[in-house]
Amino acid sequence: MSVSVIVPTLLRPLTDGQKQVQAQGGTVRHIIEHLDSRYPGIKARLVKDDQVHRFVNIYVNDDDIRFADGLATPIRPGDQLTVLPAVAGG
Amino acid sequence: MVLRITAQALEQVRHLAQAAHPIEACGLIAAASGEPLAHRVVPMRNQAASPTWFSFDPREQLQVWRELDQREEDCRVIYHSHTASEAWPSREDIALASDPQVHYLIVSTWGEVRHAARSFRIIDGRVFEEPLCVQP
Repeated sequence: MSVSVIVPTLLRPLTDGQKQVQAQGGTVRHIIEHLDSRYPGIKARLVKDDQVHRFVNIYVNDDDIRFADGLATPIRPGDQLTVLPAVAGG
Repeated sequence: MVLRITAQALEQVRHLAQAAHPIEACGLIAAASGEPLAHRVVPMRNQAASPTWFSFDPREQLQVWRELDQREEDCRVIYHSHTASEAWPSREDIALASDPQVHYLIVSTWGEVRHAARSFRIIDGRVFEEPLCVQP
């Protein structure tokens, strides 16, 4: 199943400048692995120690996956993944 | 490198910082897509509600980023305030700054501050201060 992934400006150098790409998988983890096979290096920007990297927020539709099942959050046909930079500081 | 910002936007950020004091204020300033001039201030809730820490609420952020897309705008500036120190990036600001293309504007509401508003690029953990070019 193919879903669309919205890529933030910061990561577009890895997706040939594309803002929206397609990827396949039944969970967020599988989607990211599929993306990484097409756009090598993207996984390292999104995942660290098998958790969502603290530099990014990943959403399935309107929901931040940190408040769902993280990388195991299931993906259904028609879902949209959005990646945004996390913004915080001191 | 220079931050081009409207006088009104800069004044608005200073005002928001004063109003939030002693909690840190945070938000972004949008520019028309591809244009340098930062002009539309979008205040964000500081989820940390802390005098020493700020974080955007991820859910609010998603709505705001979608709105930027619809308006054909870019997030040109991320601003926040320091409430008891100079307007210089803290260790956490540097560690968490992820986008080398964003201007990081810091305003200070500290009573002893020397320069109340300063702008930076933060690239691979290195801080580059840049001048503010304030436009009408």
